[in-house]
Amino acid sequence: MQLDVNGHAVYCYTNSRAIDPSKPSVLFIHGAGMDHTVWTLASRHFARHGNNVVSVDLPGHGRSGGPPLASVEAMAEWVISVIDALLIDQVALVGHSLGSLIALECAASQPDRVRAIALVGTTSPMPVSDAILDAAEADDHAAFDMLTQWGFSKRHQFGGNRNSGIWMIGNTLRLYERSRPGVLFHDMRACNAYTAGLAQAARVRCPTLLILGAEDRLTPVRSTRALQEAIPSPQIKVLPGAGHTIMVEAPNAMLDALHSVL
Amino acid sequence: MSAPDYPGLDTLALHAGAQPDPATGARATPIYQSASFCFPDSDYAASLFNIERAGHVYSRLSNPTNAVLEERIAALEGGVGAIATASGQAALHLAIVTLMGAGSHIVASAALYGGSHNLLSYTLPRFGIDTTFVDPRDPQAFANAIRDNTRLVFGETLGNPSLDVLNIPAIAEVAHQAGLPLMVDSTTTTPYLIKPFELGADIIQHSATKFLSGHGIVIGGLLVDSGQFDWDASGKFPTLSEPYKGFHNLVFTEEFGPAALIQRARKEGLRDFGACMSPTSAFHILQGIETLSVRMSRHVENTRTITAFLLEQDEVTRVGYPELDGHPDQALAAELLPKGCGAVFSFDLEGGREAGIAFVDALSVFSHLANIGDAKSLVIHPASTTHHRMDAEALAAGGIGEGTIRLSIGLEDPKDLIADLKQGLRAAQKAGGGSR
Repeated sequence: MQLDVNGHAVYCYTNSRAIDPSKPSVLFIHGAGMDHTVWTLASRHFARHGNNVVSVDLPGHGRSGGPPLASVEAMAEWVISVIDALLIDQVALVGHSLGSLIALECAASQPDRVRAIALVGTTSPMPVSDAILDAAEADDHAAFDMLTQWGFSKRHQFGGNRNSGIWMIGNTLRLYERSRPGVLFHDMRACNAYTAGLAQAARVRCPTLLILGAEDRLTPVRSTRALQEAIPSPQIKVLPGAGHTIMVEAPNAMLDALHSVL
Repeated sequence: MSAPDYPGLDTLALHAGAQPDPATGARATPIYQSASFCFPDSDYAASLFNIERAGHVYSRLSNPTNAVLEERIAALEGGVGAIATASGQAALHLAIVTLMGAGSHIVASAALYGGSHNLLSYTLPRFGIDTTFVDPRDPQAFANAIRDNTRLVFGETLGNPSLDVLNIPAIAEVAHQAGLPLMVDSTTTTPYLIKPFELGADIIQHSATKFLSGHGIVIGGLLVDSGQFDWDASGKFPTLSEPYKGFHNLVFTEEFGPAALIQRARKEGLRDFGACMSPTSAFHILQGIETLSVRMSRHVENTRTITAFLLEQDEVTRVGYPELDGHPDQALAAELLPKGCGAVFSFDLEGGREAGIAFVDALSVFSHLANIGDAKSLVIHPASTTHHRMDAEALAAGGIGEGTIRLSIGLEDPKDLIADLKQGLRAAQKAGGGSR
């Protein structure tokens, strides 16, 4: 589905369905340098289970136009603009990595619009190494390589995808390679600069689920303690064997976990 | 801080796609010889059918053993995904029928494996898909042959039978300028000798029967998608970029991004044409791939020894191997195939058809058969077998003489291969009236 938000073309995957105001809505937010396709399995699932699904391409990503946004706060405002444009009153938000920070910020700043959040491969704060930032700023392919390799658990460096025939390392790398110049840097810088996460987490009142990869090397489980403590009564699911790219590494376990808040 | 290295080719050849079996801990990939797979409940079943979960339904569509092979070849080639098929021919067919329909056109190298040539030249025209064959050494010829309805450019990394080295970067540029993908058959080179995606190719087809397996005990094919081609930007591939009624109006580029081609090929072509691979075949091919580098290195080493020997023989009038002086692609081969040009080549005997037949019949270590890429050395005399319907003029047009011999060099001790070839040369000399 194509929309116009703030004067720019916006793409949202909706499983080829119009938004039905009588149904609950779930909005999926991808991570840095990615696009909506990381949520294809989950989007299809929750569409069949009676939800409006909206899997966005953030500005400057995938099929959406406009420049990439500079901060998590700006991205959160943009998400609210999207649901405004879709005439959706309230959504559940599912976000991965950068997307999880956007979901968190939305839930804290717009509590009336967000009924639940699922933060996948998350932590806060989410510092980004200088090596990744420098490479991303230079549009150096090394940024894609670092994020791809550290984005998967050590065991998944060799694949083992339950989604037949897909080499998940290669598919993830291609998604990064498809991102427009500079976009990954904008995203990484936004992650790095978002220091309000713990304070905002304390303001969250909706049901909150953290889905963590037990072998995540970018946002390790141990780094999430402060976030777990800041959010009132979060549900925590730690998926064995999964790294940071949980939608790909553990798609079925992630779906099962999401049902607890969606 | 720098990125850790990706696993190397040898490591991927042993491990990619495989994990210790979750049910038993088996280190080797088990053969999941099961037609179908149980659903834990109805909703789970529905979610598998609707592409919501990862898993297996029916082995025509996917199978856990095949999945390991598919990931492994995709990893080795640097692609996004792959499909294991019943044969190399099935992989070629699957790619074509996924990309196009009646009224479409292919531009292909004229130097193709006979089976591929038959499919393109005789069979597909009955279904409305025509092919123009062009000189594989002339990228401009590919450009000139492209029409409005062209949907694919196709060639072999090493053409048959003269080992024309496909100039993948140049031909990929021609294809991409026309909004078309380049597919290459890399059967004789394997990812050990060349990585076509790194050179610009978009799709790779393998007959896994050959060097990938090495043992000559299975028939199988592999289709690999680079994920690099932008189907939406091209606008020429509605099967990928427009709603598919056969799957609830799914738009493959929209839902699968870089993996659109390989997903459509599975959801439609594998489902409907059904040319799937047996899990047992996949297991056997996996065993072969584990030793790919070791074998290919030895194949090339032995081939260099044998070609050097043949060059010194008076009965031999030509040895066609791209590394040798006089081969028109010697410089290109050095650039694109620095580790070697494979282990299949042809040479010409003086004495014509009779000499060729006598040569083949006198060999005992070389096996006389219609295959290549076995660990065992193989030989065939095209004029009396694969091309026996052709007269001398037609043979010449295909780069084949009446005394041409094709060898596939195996892993035996080179001294034994040379001793065998000497037997053959003596027989050829007697039969054909050679100079010795």
